[in-house]
Amino acid sequence: MELHDVWFVLIAVLWTGYFFLEGFDFGVGILTKLLARDRPERRVLINTIGPVWDGNEVWLLTAGGATFAAFPEWYATLFSGFYLPLLLILVCLIVRGVAFEYRAKRPEENWQRNWETAIFWTSLLPAFLWGVAFGNIVRGVKIDRNFEYVGSLWDLLNPYALLGGLVTLTLFTFHGAVFTALKTVGGIRLRARKLALRVGLATAVVALAFLLWTQADSGNARSLVAMVLAVVALVAALGANQLGREGWAFALSGVTIVAAVAMLFLSLFPNVMPSTLNGDWSLTVTNASSSPYTLKIMTWLAVIATPIVLLYQGWTYWVFRKRIGTQHIAADAAAGTAH
Amino acid sequence: MDLALAPETLARWQFGITTVYHFLFVPLTISLAALTAGLQTAWVRTEKEKYLRATKFWGKLFLINIAMGVVTGIVQEFQFGMNWSDYSRFVGDIFGAPLAFEALIAFFFESTFIGLWIFGWDRLPKRIHLACIWMVSIGTILSAYFILAANSWMQHPVGYRINKAKGRAELTDFWAVLTQNTALSQAFHTLSAAFLTGGAFMVGIAAYHLARKKHIREMKTSLRLGLITVVIAGLLTAISGDTLGKVMFKQQPMKMAAAEALWDGQQPAPFSIFAYGDVEKGHNSVAIEIPGLLSFLADDNFSSYVPGINDVNKAEQQKFGPGDYRPNIPVTFWGFRWMIGFGMASFAIGLAGLWLTRKKFLLPQHLRVADDEVPNLVLFRNKALGHRLTPWYWRIATWTMAFPLIANSWGWIFTEMGRQPWVVYGVLQTRDAVSPGVSQGEVLTSMIVFTTLYAVLAVVEVKLLAKYVKAGPPELTEADLNPPTQIGGDTRDADKPMAFSY
Repeated sequence: MELHDVWFVLIAVLWTGYFFLEGFDFGVGILTKLLARDRPERRVLINTIGPVWDGNEVWLLTAGGATFAAFPEWYATLFSGFYLPLLLILVCLIVRGVAFEYRAKRPEENWQRNWETAIFWTSLLPAFLWGVAFGNIVRGVKIDRNFEYVGSLWDLLNPYALLGGLVTLTLFTFHGAVFTALKTVGGIRLRARKLALRVGLATAVVALAFLLWTQADSGNARSLVAMVLAVVALVAALGANQLGREGWAFALSGVTIVAAVAMLFLSLFPNVMPSTLNGDWSLTVTNASSSPYTLKIMTWLAVIATPIVLLYQGWTYWVFRKRIGTQHIAADAAAGTAH
Repeated sequence: MDLALAPETLARWQFGITTVYHFLFVPLTISLAALTAGLQTAWVRTEKEKYLRATKFWGKLFLINIAMGVVTGIVQEFQFGMNWSDYSRFVGDIFGAPLAFEALIAFFFESTFIGLWIFGWDRLPKRIHLACIWMVSIGTILSAYFILAANSWMQHPVGYRINKAKGRAELTDFWAVLTQNTALSQAFHTLSAAFLTGGAFMVGIAAYHLARKKHIREMKTSLRLGLITVVIAGLLTAISGDTLGKVMFKQQPMKMAAAEALWDGQQPAPFSIFAYGDVEKGHNSVAIEIPGLLSFLADDNFSSYVPGINDVNKAEQQKFGPGDYRPNIPVTFWGFRWMIGFGMASFAIGLAGLWLTRKKFLLPQHLRVADDEVPNLVLFRNKALGHRLTPWYWRIATWTMAFPLIANSWGWIFTEMGRQPWVVYGVLQTRDAVSPGVSQGEVLTSMIVFTTLYAVLAVVEVKLLAKYVKAGPPELTEADLNPPTQIGGDTRDADKPMAFSY
C-alpha cells in the first residue's frame, strides 16, 4: 500500500467521521420541526448537541484541508465543479452556526422562532446535498482532459445522485432520532424512538435501492461486503430501537453510516473522481495526489494528531453524558442577559 | 469581455470581501480568548467576585464574536478550491499542508474546548473549566500561526521546487515553510496587532461604562487590563512591523517601494508622509518627505540605497519577461499609511490612558479614589483632567475601539494588493490562479450571496454585541459561586437545570 492509498483511506475516514458526528446533529436539527412540540422541547433537542456540534463540524474542515494537501487536484476539481451546491452548503453552515449561538441570546418570540426555522432548514439542506455530492462523485461527472468539470448544474441533479441525497437525509434523520432517544428523558425520548422506527424504515427502502444501484454500477467484492454490513446494521439498529436498547441502536446506526460511506469509497477506488467523458480523464489516487514528501509529512500529522483529537473529543461526550429533559432547561436562560 | 467583471476581478473582490470580513473577528477572537482566560485565572486564584463577573461579561462578548469568526472561516477553507482551482492545483502540495495542520491541530482544539467552556460551568471543576478557555486560547494562536505560515509562503516561497512534468510546485522542506523569517515576523506582527485590537475593544467598552458611572469595579479592572494590553501590544506591533518591513524590503522590494511611492531608487531614500502622483508617467507631483528615514527603515542605515518602483519593475521584466509588475500604487501607498496611522493612534490613546489612570501611589492624596469609584483622570501631579475634558477622554477611548480593526483591514489589503500581480511572489501570477471552469455568473452569484449574508449578519452581530455591552456584567448566581467538584457535575439533584443552555 503506497502513501496515496493510505491517504485515500484517511480521507474516507475523515468523511466517515464527519457523517457519523454531524450526521446526528443534522438529524437533531431536522427533528426540531418533526419531533419537538413546543419551544422547551426544541431547546432540549438543540442542547443535546449544544456542546459538541462545533467540534463535529471541524471534521468537515479537516476533510477539506486534508484533501487540499493530499489530493490537490481532487480538491480543485470537486469544489470548483460542484460550485453552486457547495455555495448553498456553506451558506447553510454559516447560518446554522450563528443560529445555535445567537438563538437564546434574545428573549423575543420572533427572534427565537426565526433562528429555529433557520436551524431546521440549514440542517436539512446540507444533509440532503452531501448525499447528492457523494452520489455524483461515485457515479462520475463530466471531467475534461485538464481535470476541469465541464458539466452543468443540472448534470449534478441526476436521479442517482438525488437518491443519494434522500439516503443521507433519511439516514441522518434516523441517526438523529436514535441519538435523541439516547440523550433525553421524558416524553420526547419515547416519541424519538417511535419516530426513529418510521424514519428508519423509510431509510431502509431508499438506502437499499441506492446501495444496490451503486453495487450494480460500480461495485466490487469489497464494496459488496460493506453494503451487506450497512444493511444488516440498519436492520439491527431498528431492532435495538424497538427493544429500547438506545445505546445499541445509536452504535448500530453509526455502523450503518460507517459501512455505507466505506462502500462508496470502496466502489470509488482507485478513482477519486471518475470522468464520464473518457476513462483516461478520471482523477485517481495517483494522478490527483501530492508528492510523496508531502504525503509523508501529512501521514505523521495524522498518526500523531488523530488519536489525540479522538481522545479529547470523546472526553467531551463523557463530560456531557447526562440525559436532558425540559426540566433541565432554565426558563430564564432565554432572557438572555442572565448568563 | 468587460474587464471590470472578469472572473479574476470578481474572484479577487470576493476573496477580499470575505477575508477582510473574516479578519474583523479573528483578532478579537485571539485576544479576547486570552484576556478572558486571564480574568478567569484571576478569579480562580483570588476568588474576588469582580473577576468572575468580568470573565462572564467579556466571555459573552467573546462568544458572540467567535461564532462569526468560526462560520466565516469555513468559507476560507473552501474558496481556494471554488474560485482559485488553478492556484490549488499548482500549490496544493505545499499550501494544503499548513491548512490541514491548522484544521487537525488548532480547529479541533478550539471548537471542542469552546463547547466544554460554554457548557462546562456546572459540569467541570473550577480548574479544569479554566484550563478549557486556555486551550481555546492556545488553539486560536496555533491556528493563526499555521495560516500565516501558509500566507508567508505566498509572500516569499521557500522549501519547494517546480515539477515541470506535473506543472506544479512541490514541497521539499516543510520546516522551512513553517519557520522562515517571513512567517515568524508575520506571526509576531499579526498576533501583537490582534492583542492591540482586543485591548482597544476592552478599553473602549470599559470607558463607555465608566463615563456613565456603571459597573465600576469590573470596568476599572477591565480598563487597566485593556490599557496595559494596548500599550504592550502596540509597542510590539510597532517593533514587529519594523522587523517585517525590513524583511519585505529584501523579499518584495516592489511592495515597499510602492508603499512609499518611491518611483526611482534613491540614496539615501526619504520616508513619504504624503504623495500625489501620476501612475502612468511614474512620478509624484506632490510629495512631503522625511529625508533618509526610509533608508533607515529598510536597512537600519540612514544612507542606504533603496530601489524604486521603476527600477524593480525593470528588474522583474528582465527576470520574468515583459509585463507590468507594479501593484496598485495608490492603494498600496495609502493602505500602508492607514495601517500605521490607525494602529499607532490607538496605541497613543492607550498610552495616554495608562498615564491618566495611573495608580494610587503615583497620585497625590486628594486625587485618589476608593475601589468602587470612577478613577480621576490625572494629567500632571496635582492637576486632574477636569470635568470638561474627562468625558472627552472616555469618548475618544470608546471610538478608538474601531481603530485597530481599520488598521488590520488595511494591513491585509496593503500586503495582499502590494504583492500583485503575483499570487505567489515570483512564482505564480494571480491571473493564472483562477478557476477556468467557473463561470462569471457563478462567481458573481457567490459574491452577491456572501456579501449580502455577511452584511445582514454584521447588523445582527453588532446589535447583539451592543445589547450585551449595555447590559454590563451579569449578577452571579449560587451555581456560579459553587462550581462542581467532580467532572460531569453534581449528581445529587438529577433535575437541576443546566447552568447554561442554548
